Amino acid sequence: MAQMTLIQAITQAMDEELARDPRVFITGEDVGKRGGVFRATMGLIEKYGPERVVDSPLAELSIVAIGIGAALADLRPICEIQFADFIHPAFNQIANEAARFYYRSNGQWRVPMVIRSPYGGGISGALYHSQSVEAFFAHVPGLKVVIPSTPYDAKGLLKSAVRDPNPVLFFEPKKGYRAIKGDVPEEEYIVPIGPARIAREGEDISVFAYGMMAYYAEIAAEQVAQEGISAEVVDLRTLAPVDRDAIRNSVMKTGKALVVYEDNLTLGYGAEIAAIIADECFEYMDGPVKRLAGPDVPGVPFSHPMQDFFMPNPNKIADAIRDLVAY
Amino acid sequence: MATKVIMPQLGESVVEGTVSRWLKREGDTVNEYEALLEVSTDKVDTEVPSPASGTVLKIYVEEGETVQAGVLLAVIGEPGEPIPEADEGGTQDHHGHGGNGSKQEPQPVAAPAKAMATAQSSGSGYTGHITPVVARMVAEHNIDLSQIKGTGRGGRITKKDVLAYLKQREQGDVQDLPPWEQPGDGELFKPTDSFAVQTKAQPAPPPAKPVAPAASPAPPSPTPQGTPGELVQLSNIRRAIAEHMVRSKLHTSPHVSTIFEIDMGAVLDHYHATKPIFAKQGVRLTLTAYFMAASVVALRENPYINSQWTDEGIYLHHAMNIGMAVAIPDGLIVPVIKNAQDLNLMGLARAVTDLAERARNKQLHPDEVQGGTFTITNHGVSGSLFATPIINQPQVAILGIGKLEKRVKVINDAIAIRPMLYASLTFDHRVIDGATGDAFMASFQRVLENWRE
Repeated sequence: MAQMTLIQAITQAMDEELARDPRVFITGEDVGKRGGVFRATMGLIEKYGPERVVDSPLAELSIVAIGIGAALADLRPICEIQFADFIHPAFNQIANEAARFYYRSNGQWRVPMVIRSPYGGGISGALYHSQSVEAFFAHVPGLKVVIPSTPYDAKGLLKSAVRDPNPVLFFEPKKGYRAIKGDVPEEEYIVPIGPARIAREGEDISVFAYGMMAYYAEIAAEQVAQEGISAEVVDLRTLAPVDRDAIRNSVMKTGKALVVYEDNLTLGYGAEIAAIIADECFEYMDGPVKRLAGPDVPGVPFSHPMQDFFMPNPNKIADAIRDLVAY
Repeated sequence: MATKVIMPQLGESVVEGTVSRWLKREGDTVNEYEALLEVSTDKVDTEVPSPASGTVLKIYVEEGETVQAGVLLAVIGEPGEPIPEADEGGTQDHHGHGGNGSKQEPQPVAAPAKAMATAQSSGSGYTGHITPVVARMVAEHNIDLSQIKGTGRGGRITKKDVLAYLKQREQGDVQDLPPWEQPGDGELFKPTDSFAVQTKAQPAPPPAKPVAPAASPAPPSPTPQGTPGELVQLSNIRRAIAEHMVRSKLHTSPHVSTIFEIDMGAVLDHYHATKPIFAKQGVRLTLTAYFMAASVVALRENPYINSQWTDEGIYLHHAMNIGMAVAIPDGLIVPVIKNAQDLNLMGLARAVTDLAERARNKQLHPDEVQGGTFTITNHGVSGSLFATPIINQPQVAILGIGKLEKRVKVINDAIAIRPMLYASLTFDHRVIDGATGDAFMASFQRVLENWRE
């Protein structure tokens, strides 16, 4: 097994899917000659040519619209939005067209498309390079939303996303691109879209997270383990459709739930997880459902101390775990 | 298996009740849902249906005794079936006081409070709040929470504490609850499991209103000696009325009354035309519904009448929860029509009939006699022309309706015969001045005399 970074696993997944299926192609800003602003598509244009790794204009609406058209024509587009912050011009295409095409055509037309985009803060990217946008899309029926937190999952889930007959938004925690490393098998595998991953088993409290926060939650769980607190970490991996069974099973065991996400607190994706727990696990609760998230401010600040104030991190998660366990 | 009958919790704030009468004796057979006993609280008297069919094997709580909700009252089953024995003396603690109900003044408050204090001091620093999972485990495993030491914040009993206790119990380190402390079987409004659990879980809240008037001492009233006569025991409701009247009139509100005369011609025309229409829809229309409807308009125009005195200021209620005094054999009860402002005439008529009937049949729920913001008393039905009733605290006014009768009235210098009644508003002069009270009555009069719908 090879150790690799999150972004290496993503590149490898696209490489393998391009090789496997001639209908797969990549389009996005700087994905070709430059190899992507984060180097996710490095070397692919050389290997597969400019017709399958296509540099696009600086126009997110058209990147997604081209992807939808190509998908309807039975191609398998992987559209890259350079930063999730820039996905908003394409929102209409995603929410109104891609998400509803199958329903609108009474099942006659499908949009088998992947939209990849790095998201999340903590990289001093300030307002336009730090946003979390998953809640907007997880809200829309007809879209799948996937966020991996390990190289293994990133590769296996991206390959599933490419093969999925539905539009899949694949958000990548960019702070973890090179910070998160892990084993990835040599042989072919996929990770199915849907099931959550129990990242760490525990008895006293369930911590639900995804992306960078799942990675941090594991570190926090290790910290509190020194103090005798047994925290279970559930990496949701797929936000839509979410794995309700995994949520239920974990909370029924521990009786306490902390939901961590780096988006703004109010109406963030974790609010839905909290609602599911309150709804389906009430009689098993041994404390209130708690959320740890970014404050409700207009952006992730550029100033380092303020960015630290905004972002959840392992210490903040560990504190929240201690507090809820003591309840 | 024998079914346990426990004292039901008759309302949110009602944590105890007095067994006023057993309708069945030991050895009698009883059917499920058949009335088994009468329970009185300081709010209402009510019948408790039997939770099962069978024979009354044992009655643990005698008439006159006051016990906490959740306490075992009796056992129903097949003759010869083994029953829980309440013979260890310890039951006295849980039953409040012994059977002295008929002798002299009962101490319904003090006794349970003592039982409660014992439970708390013998226990654990238990804060009174438990989480859902603990509540569920308590129900599943028949746990007495006072046996468990809480390790959560503020002494909260956590799931872990319960698990540890259960493990201990499995190993025989602690004893099971005696049978009479275990919850009975049943459903709402039969005595139920959940009531029992709830009671054990939340022993802290004191009775909402003491039955004995500790706060407002009335002059002592010794029983006359040597004068021929007979002593009628005070019922809870009599005691509560007495306490309330003394408190309202002598200790709280300076009462002032204003009296208007109202021509009911327009209302009666409408009433006679509408009554059969309502009747077809199963609604019995009464004049009280009109008084309610006119009060809603008058209260809206004069919001201070629908208020309450507080030390910080006058609290204007947005909801118009209008009580109506209903005479019952034991005394008087005031069921409340909640949010009367949301009801039309038919809705009011329906509510008036329903509450009055259930008040007379002792079927009111204690919550239905609480939360009033204004009261109407229709004393005219017993012939009274006008009266100055006592304000129902913490409200600030009460509307009295006198007898409706045809009277000679001068209209445009001609003598006319009109259906007239006197209506009085008795109000709390701390909050309401004469002009405001009169303005309310003018509104009330205007609506009735110009009734149209």
